[in-house]
Amino acid sequence: MFKYFEPSKIFSITSRAPKYVLTLFIIVLTIGLVEALILSPEDYKQSHSVRIMYVHVPAAWISIGIFSTITILSLIGYIFKIRNFFLISKSLAPSGFLFTIIALVTGSIWGKPTWGTWWAWDARITSMLILALFYTIYLIAWRIYDNDDKVLKVTTIITILGIINVPIIKYSVDWWNTLHQPASINILSKSSIHVSMLYPLLIMTAAFALFSLLIFLMKYNTELIKIKNKGLDRL
Amino acid sequence: MYGRKVKLRFLFISLILLILSLSVFLILKSLEENVVYFQSPTEVKELAELNKNKIRIGGMVKNNSISIEEKKVKFIVTDFKNEINVIYSGVIPNLFAEGKGVVAEGYLNDRNFFSATKILAKHDENYMPPEVKAALEEK
Repeated sequence: MFKYFEPSKIFSITSRAPKYVLTLFIIVLTIGLVEALILSPEDYKQSHSVRIMYVHVPAAWISIGIFSTITILSLIGYIFKIRNFFLISKSLAPSGFLFTIIALVTGSIWGKPTWGTWWAWDARITSMLILALFYTIYLIAWRIYDNDDKVLKVTTIITILGIINVPIIKYSVDWWNTLHQPASINILSKSSIHVSMLYPLLIMTAAFALFSLLIFLMKYNTELIKIKNKGLDRL
Repeated sequence: MYGRKVKLRFLFISLILLILSLSVFLILKSLEENVVYFQSPTEVKELAELNKNKIRIGGMVKNNSISIEEKKVKFIVTDFKNEINVIYSGVIPNLFAEGKGVVAEGYLNDRNFFSATKILAKHDENYMPPEVKAALEEK
């Protein structure tokens, strides 16, 4: 069924989407920032530095989410030889990398007033750093191999190696003693974050997801234009 | 329905994932001592031998245990089973308090006494506004 993917048809949709996504992103981000910086209460213990969390946690979620998506797309793309999935993966990677860095930097800024240190080699922080390294090598692979067939294999291998790290990031705080606190939000049990702080967190997550979508669409359109210029009518 | 090559590639990927997960699991299992950021007082008590290297211990600061004498801070780290006395002089993080989590880096004098060279406050997973905390405490 994927053989009938036509770049020009996809392009007619994806080229018009960014302006709507951008508008939506600005609206959601504004609401999210007002909620996070002004309306939400300060924390009983860490007072205003809790507001860093509204950037840190969504950034970490999105970066892990994008890496998982890239891996699944690459594996399916590799097994069924669907080139389009690799282009989607390639276009998703930059925003995933950006959010990994944002999560690390904001975590560091939060760590100084809270823990008393900018950096700690604990399992959560180290595994997140490893994620950033995997994103880096993934992006470099696309650069150096360009659009050769080899790049599809190389990037698939990178995602396979990197995906092993993802459950380690998630469960590091439960498996080992870490400086980083365990998850506050649990789907199955009661969350240990107050509702007034949960809403801004979720709105900011939506804003960051929209931002990733925007960057993805712009990158993806570039890829489609490249294919068009090469005179290929199929992916 | 799918070609033989598709099936082979699927098997290949599954096998790689399986083997990789297994090797990473085994590596982490064997390195567990180094992966943990700190040891609890109970784990320190159960150490076969005390080594002279720098280690980190962590737990809760016992209630009513902080005492400040000249430039030294003394407190007790507890995991509610065992306790370790810590002595420290230096910068204390803002969130360091009785009944809260702490990680101390330094050297074990013996199984009960620890000289810290650095103290980090450990934050827990609870986030709530001050009013809610006050209401919880009233209950």
